[in-house]
Amino acid sequence: MVDVVWLIPALPLAGFLVILLFGRRLGDPGAGYLATAAIGSSFVVTAAVFFDLMSMSAEERRHVSTLFQWVPVGDLRIDLAFLADPLSITMCLFVTGIGTLIHLYAVGYMHGDERFSKFFLYLNLFALSMLVLVLGENLLVTFLGWEGVGTCSYFLISFWHERESAATAGKKAFVTNRVGDWGVMMAMFLAFEAVGTISYGGLNAAAESGALSDTTATAIAAMLFVGAVGKSAQLPLYLWLPDAMEGPTPVSALIHAATMVTAGVFLMTRVNPVIAVSHEWVTWLIAIVGLATALFAATIAVAQHDIKKVLAYSTVSQLGFMFLAIGSGAYVAAIFHMITHAFFKALLFLGSGSVIHGMHHEQDMRRMGALRKLMPVTAVTFIIGWLAIAGVPPFAGFWSKDEILLYTYAKSPVLYVLGLVAALLTAYYMTRQVILVFFGEARWKDHAHEHGAHGDLGVHDDADTAHADHAGHAHTPHESPAIMLIPLVVLAGLSIVGGAMQLPFSKDLHFLEKWLEPVIGFGEADITGTWPYDNKYLLLGIAIVVALAGIAASVMVYAKKKATPIEPVVLEQGWYYDRAVTAFMGGPGRKAFDGIAWADAKIVDGAVNGVAKAVEGAAGQVRKTQSGFVRQYAAALGVGVVLLLGWFVVIRGIL
Amino acid sequence: MSYPILTSLVAVPAVGALLVALLSKNRPEWVKLVAILTSVFTGALTVWLLSSFETADPGFQFVSKHEWIKPWGISWHLGVDGISLFLVVLTGVLFPLVIVGIDPHHDHKRYLSWMLLLEAGMMGSFLSLDLFLFFVFFEIVLVPMYFLIGGWGYEGRIYAATKFFLYTMVGSAFMLVGIVTTAMLAREQLGRLTFDLVEIAEQADFATNTARWLFLAFAVAFAVKVPMFPLHTWLPDAHTQAPTGGSVILAGVMLKLGTYGLLRFGVYLFPEAALWSRELFLTLAVIGILYGAIAATMQKDLKRLVAYSSVAHLGFIVLGTFAFTSQAITGATMQMINHGLSTGALFLLVGMIYERRHTRQIAELKGLQKVAPIFAAAFMVVMLSSIGVPGLNGFIGEYLILIGSFLTARWWTVVAATGVILAALYLLWAYQRVFHGEPDEANRSFPELRIREAAVLLPFIGLIVFTGVYPKPMLDRIEPSVNALITHVSEKTGYESPDTPEPVEVGTHQEAQP
Repeated sequence: MVDVVWLIPALPLAGFLVILLFGRRLGDPGAGYLATAAIGSSFVVTAAVFFDLMSMSAEERRHVSTLFQWVPVGDLRIDLAFLADPLSITMCLFVTGIGTLIHLYAVGYMHGDERFSKFFLYLNLFALSMLVLVLGENLLVTFLGWEGVGTCSYFLISFWHERESAATAGKKAFVTNRVGDWGVMMAMFLAFEAVGTISYGGLNAAAESGALSDTTATAIAAMLFVGAVGKSAQLPLYLWLPDAMEGPTPVSALIHAATMVTAGVFLMTRVNPVIAVSHEWVTWLIAIVGLATALFAATIAVAQHDIKKVLAYSTVSQLGFMFLAIGSGAYVAAIFHMITHAFFKALLFLGSGSVIHGMHHEQDMRRMGALRKLMPVTAVTFIIGWLAIAGVPPFAGFWSKDEILLYTYAKSPVLYVLGLVAALLTAYYMTRQVILVFFGEARWKDHAHEHGAHGDLGVHDDADTAHADHAGHAHTPHESPAIMLIPLVVLAGLSIVGGAMQLPFSKDLHFLEKWLEPVIGFGEADITGTWPYDNKYLLLGIAIVVALAGIAASVMVYAKKKATPIEPVVLEQGWYYDRAVTAFMGGPGRKAFDGIAWADAKIVDGAVNGVAKAVEGAAGQVRKTQSGFVRQYAAALGVGVVLLLGWFVVIRGIL
Repeated sequence: MSYPILTSLVAVPAVGALLVALLSKNRPEWVKLVAILTSVFTGALTVWLLSSFETADPGFQFVSKHEWIKPWGISWHLGVDGISLFLVVLTGVLFPLVIVGIDPHHDHKRYLSWMLLLEAGMMGSFLSLDLFLFFVFFEIVLVPMYFLIGGWGYEGRIYAATKFFLYTMVGSAFMLVGIVTTAMLAREQLGRLTFDLVEIAEQADFATNTARWLFLAFAVAFAVKVPMFPLHTWLPDAHTQAPTGGSVILAGVMLKLGTYGLLRFGVYLFPEAALWSRELFLTLAVIGILYGAIAATMQKDLKRLVAYSSVAHLGFIVLGTFAFTSQAITGATMQMINHGLSTGALFLLVGMIYERRHTRQIAELKGLQKVAPIFAAAFMVVMLSSIGVPGLNGFIGEYLILIGSFLTARWWTVVAATGVILAALYLLWAYQRVFHGEPDEANRSFPELRIREAAVLLPFIGLIVFTGVYPKPMLDRIEPSVNALITHVSEKTGYESPDTPEPVEVGTHQEAQP
């Protein structure tokens, strides 16, 4: 079965091609179901490959299938090849699994949109790219997928491109990601120069055998991290992700929460032997950037009013946790958290989409409240997602976050304490969101008639008309159709039991670790015998206390109203970071660009024209006597004669 | 003797041009038919050339050599190798597309006649292996382009055409002196006067300083043609004012005379001098990449924007040329074709916009994607190719240039690679302003892509995708000739091309399982 790994990306490709050719004929909902079937069958193939790998011994679980030579020049031999191993298949499983659920959800969510089939065209193209990314056997195939998902992300963020903000957000995402891509390119060049290949097998083998010098390894690791910072929205390049919420909500769930943004974490894990032989400062850099991002984004999430922006900043923050894990050598924990996060964050985004759908495109939480009675399924599943992200046992997020904190402590207690603070904030802002949306008083009643008064991500005209069939419901929030609720229920189930893949109680319960061992064995930190390892139950207890404290504080503020909310403008504005960058780009940056364009016209070209003017002055008298084409002919003839004369003179002269 | 295909490639369009010129003005349909038939036939010949090209042979193939002006050692010497092959094919493919797809608004006869003469000149330039012959074709190319811009261009056409002509002429003057002096000096060594490129390059050895001067004389002509910073300012004017067909040919193949010339008549003829000057050219190339991109960002005219993007793209090609590695030069050669496809198609699309809206001002266009989604999609694919998104052709060339240049010119490459960020910036920003948003009154009736337009664009898009996914057929034909060129440089100068280590075998080191 492992030989058919190429089918995994081929199926979404087939879906893409069919929709490209027949999309309009398939229409709504045909194109949606077709796209769902394409990625669904991809999931089935992935599962088959997974079980096939399981049946092999751990050493055999590495299968390379080469389609053809892609870029062969000289010593550079790059194949279009896929690597099926525990890491890539794990990624494929959750990409196709969650992808299928989100495709299905989108059939309901996008119903009635005038560009329905185009949406699924992009969605399948995205799935293809993401699968190429994780299945790549070398850095260039991964980069093909890497840029592919970036491009699809651009298409989908600016899907409602008539809206200025959506178009701008898409462009911003693409350009910001390109900054990171520069790093990935540099890493590839360094790898080729140092070890003569950019295949993961060759690169990692060179690192493990000592053929890769630690200086080069450091440079490669650092450059790949630059790429990861861009793709996975870490400081200082996270800016594009909150804006990416301009895209339809299924896109936010699939691309900007569950899959694409975790590509950076995947890439770091893929090259863990290189990181392992790098100078130590790289791991510190990764851990500190991750932690700083986790804290920074969490503080911003505390003061957001847009339901999706809270989740966006939360995603940035959770990705920070994953990088904290990478920096601490906890690759299993990083992948573990990546998977559980995919479950509960996809759930939360889809839930928010259900709320937005039910609220007729209202996204401002200040105009929500008390929705649990009107949207019971959405509310219950959302609450499960909340418990998972807040770190309440036995929900999935608790186990993965705890595992990260355990390794973090082993690296440095300071990182651990700050990580706890981020966890506390997470529980706090998520509780705030749940209360504002589903509990308390129904604030939407007062605003129901104010159709124009939306948040900055508010209604889009087309979407509004597109959803005209819902307009008949007046403005009472309503529960979403079954096709949207089924994915919510499945994801809620996964968010409850997802932790079971890696439980801390006994080595026998470390299923994920054993499974990933052949891939991460070299780079994974060994913490057995350290103080946190021996006291892991104490740390478990602390984590629970922190989560409950965060929840309790939020309940006191937002439900019991015992204290005024702390939502300063500085946090609402994201510490003014985005604004400062934008101001710089639009101000001095633009002036500098303008200056160069001006200099080109006035100085570089001006010098040339100055010379030309002088010549023209002399020739002007002659010219005036002629006109139109005659003049041009004459000019050409004249030049030709001069040329010929010069010719003979030069040649004769030398002869 | 086998069929003289290379001579035909020059002769057929030349004869076509003559026929068109002789036909009556009152028979436009005959004029058009002759032009189409000639260009299509020439295109078919190039495809046949491609299919019968010996892949692994690095030397010149289909060589045609006849004495021409015997006392001066000038011969009709044509030949094609991996470096020129695809330029010839691109020329053969672009011309029929332009002739079929774009109508000049007046005076079809003369327009088509100049077009075919231009094609003959381009073919001759890419095929000539004689310095004198090359110079003749290099100059012939100028004349039709001058008239195409001046006769069928836009409001500032006379200024632009004159500027284009004078600029190139000045460069040519340097080259002419270079060619004559080269032949004279070679005579002292070879014992006879010859302008034959291969003979001189393989057998003559110039004094170091002399060769450097000669190289610079050639290089100035080519640097103008590329164009390289700071000699580029004729290009935005020429492009903006040229009729669409002229722009497509100009960007598609004509600029490549510069980059091709640098390889064929610079590096091949004067290897030591080329190596000696590499830092200068690398620096100018990198400046061109960034400067062109920044200038493109601030343009208000869509055509000027694409023109400046050419400055940036050709900077990459020059970077690769002067990196002297197999990957970089192969990439540079490939990128000449890629740029021809993507920028050629961009000029076609901008031309279509102009036909519909009679403006090229970005500010006057808005929301076209909503009213013409297929048109927008075509623009998007071409744009992504120009940005260098993997899976499309532009990326492969750029990537090879950069990875190859990194080995010998690391820091230049580090800076040059930031150009890919800027490429995304200026193109996406332009796309947003032109295609995104709600169309206003003037743009609401923007017509969708027409069948004929789609038929012209489809070959471009097909090649863009195919080359991006499967570049091997192209690389396999380019690489042997590039390697031969590098070997030639090594033999003449003792230059050692960088060697990357043998990759470590996977699984040689088994980590003990804990």
